[in-house]
Amino acid sequence: MNRRDFLRRSAALGISTALAGSMLSNVASAADKPKRGGHLLIGLNGANAGDSLDPATFTASHLQVTGLQLYNTLVEVDSGLDVRAKPSAQPSLAEKWEAKPGAKEWIFKIRKDVTFHNGKPLTAADVVYSLNHHRKPDSKSGAKSLFAPVADIKANGTHEVVITLNSGNADLPYLLADYHLGIGPEGDDFTKGIGTGAFMLENYEPGVRTLTKRNPNHFRSDRGFVDSVETIAINDPTARLNALISGSVHLINRVDPKAVLSLSRNKGVQVFEILGPSHYTFPMRCDIAPFNNKDLRLAMKFAIDRQAIIDKVLVGHGKIGNDQPIGSTDLFYANIAQRPFDPEKAKFHFKNSGHNAPVVLSVSDGAFTGAVDAAQIYQASAKKAGIDLQIDRVPADGYWDNVWMKKPWCASYWDGRPTADLMLSVVYKSDASWNETFWKRADFDKLLETARAELNVSKRKKMYYDLQQMVHEDGGEVIPMFNNTIDAGSSKVKGFVALPTNLMSGYRAPEKVWLET
Amino acid sequence: MLRLIANRLGLGLITLFGVSVLIFIGTEVLPGDVATAILGQSATPEAVEAIRRSLHLHDPAIVRYGRWLWNLVQGDLGASLANGRPIAQQIGPRLANTFFLAGYAAVIAVPLSIAFGIIAAMRQNGYFDRITNTATLITISMPEFFVGYVLIILLSVKLGWFPSLSMVTYKMGFGQRLFVTAMPAITLVLVVMAYMMRMTRASVVAAMSSPYVEMAILKGLPQWRIVVQHALPNAWAPIINVVALNLAYLVVGVIVVEVVFVYPGVGQLMVDAVSKRDVPVVQACGLIFASTFVGLNMLADLFAILSNPRLRHPR
Repeated sequence: MNRRDFLRRSAALGISTALAGSMLSNVASAADKPKRGGHLLIGLNGANAGDSLDPATFTASHLQVTGLQLYNTLVEVDSGLDVRAKPSAQPSLAEKWEAKPGAKEWIFKIRKDVTFHNGKPLTAADVVYSLNHHRKPDSKSGAKSLFAPVADIKANGTHEVVITLNSGNADLPYLLADYHLGIGPEGDDFTKGIGTGAFMLENYEPGVRTLTKRNPNHFRSDRGFVDSVETIAINDPTARLNALISGSVHLINRVDPKAVLSLSRNKGVQVFEILGPSHYTFPMRCDIAPFNNKDLRLAMKFAIDRQAIIDKVLVGHGKIGNDQPIGSTDLFYANIAQRPFDPEKAKFHFKNSGHNAPVVLSVSDGAFTGAVDAAQIYQASAKKAGIDLQIDRVPADGYWDNVWMKKPWCASYWDGRPTADLMLSVVYKSDASWNETFWKRADFDKLLETARAELNVSKRKKMYYDLQQMVHEDGGEVIPMFNNTIDAGSSKVKGFVALPTNLMSGYRAPEKVWLET
Repeated sequence: MLRLIANRLGLGLITLFGVSVLIFIGTEVLPGDVATAILGQSATPEAVEAIRRSLHLHDPAIVRYGRWLWNLVQGDLGASLANGRPIAQQIGPRLANTFFLAGYAAVIAVPLSIAFGIIAAMRQNGYFDRITNTATLITISMPEFFVGYVLIILLSVKLGWFPSLSMVTYKMGFGQRLFVTAMPAITLVLVVMAYMMRMTRASVVAAMSSPYVEMAILKGLPQWRIVVQHALPNAWAPIINVVALNLAYLVVGVIVVEVVFVYPGVGQLMVDAVSKRDVPVVQACGLIFASTFVGLNMLADLFAILSNPRLRHPR
């Protein structure tokens, strides 16, 4: 690889040169021939003693990665071994699919060579049952809202599933790749972990660890190389680092940006870092005073020194945000001119707003790590614009219940969504359950629905540009930055390709990697 | 004696009942419930409602507490609200882990600190006394997680003697278990030794200054006999009490050590349960912790009575 290649690749990834080295070596290793065997140890956060193997209840890393060892989804969002490619919908349990014009009716062909861990062959009935698990009225699933626009799911013969929507959605295959939507056998309650995945459950201790062994009958020969996987719950970030450095585990997730430099100095350790769609936000409630005033919202958007926050809170491991939630890794990212830190403009809009009391921001590190620090930097930059930003520190415990979407202005974060449509639909549409800014615009909703049903990519691109422009200009979000996803592993781990979609190579690292002895 | 034990047991039960009421009120006062805690940021009103309905969270608090107590009296700890698993099955292995680690640390710490305390008392203001005093004061002044991290850096990262994770599994042999849990055990030993050692030293020193010891010295008895046969019997009561308190601490207060070494004990379970507002699990853990305190205090009192004839014949 020459210098030009190197620069082009790192530019395409949107990452700094210092990191590009580790990522590109990762591409080279992916070209090696996979080796079978070995016991893979993974240390992940986000485990709780109250966890269960039912995919409907998954919320955090430990179960997301455990769950996708056991279950497959109809579709996967992946970029294959090429880190330059933007991830797209790839076949998994569904070998192909097509949409009727208008994208209201979708037909998914199910593979015929798949069996569950208990030996039962996979049929369309299992798929219908598993999807309805999240859709039925009394479902407790975190994916329930995904199915709100679904009118009907039915089997057509033994290996074909027809999904009918209330209104067209060109992104349906992406939605079906959601980690909640693992397919289990019909009639199963999902807590036993019986799926079609590359690994079968040996032992599960909630909040402690999961032990799985390779599924010899897995339908994909290009997945599942290690003999067994032990997914250990290590919620403490320092304990995860120690475990990796001392060789107790092969892979860890969510490396603290502040630790990356010292970690990469260790021999035998590689850092997997990639910019994804996850971002931090300061949502202002557009429905109540004082932020129902567009000038005040603009004043606060101009009064934030984003780069200072990236440098201090993320130690540079992120990318500047532009007050709209679609990241540069998305197919429909709109490259709108970056809003700068401009005290003069902030002063102007603040004056125009007629607001003259202090502006209060409620924060806690429960919203995202470093939220309080970020608020303090914000406070200092707002002061330069003559705006008195006051910080209201609130407890992390119960934050999402008592502060978020209750107080006029707080801190929040989004892991991002696989598609631009989904991100805008779940947080920005007027009637979205998570419309954290209470921003309501009929023209936005209408355009969003039109864009969703459009199958022509270039027409869609134009529509999503306009949508992002609306949020950027008028919406209630201050989005300072997109944060990098940082995993790390031992140099024995080969085949790990960081994906912008999710941590641990789209949660599927256990079945993609192999161990060099 | 028997009446005394029965009396204490009765009081213990009342204490436990009080504790369970307090824990229940405490978890009720916390903002949010299991439904919003499970769903976190992804809580939609419909999903929250579905969970609340299926777990009967709409019932008044007193009804839910009564239902829990009624089941408990029948010996049923109930099931976790968060994942529906039986609590007894969830707590069992973790409780065994906690007792294993506490026992491991106690077996090293208790004899060692009592012996050190006695030697320090015999060599008052000598080198041994000063060194052990300073060393234990240092280890007790540092927070547990710091001691833990220092041990990890030295023994695990630099020297590679022990694994940094104390992952015990159900099929691990006894020797392997001792090896894997060595570092958390050493951390705990360092943390609890100071109290017991200094209390032993202080109470032996106090006994040594009494007239009957002076008499023994004048009689020309060897020093070890004076300490072991004359001073120690009168010094036992406070030592037993501080040992009991530290044993209780080893069972209930080691959450930080569990987190640092990723050791699956009851402390972590209780913290997880509180963060998920899983009331029955919090209750069960709370009761275990409270019974440990009540039980060990009762034992301490019994031993104190046994060691002191005056208490055995109350007037």
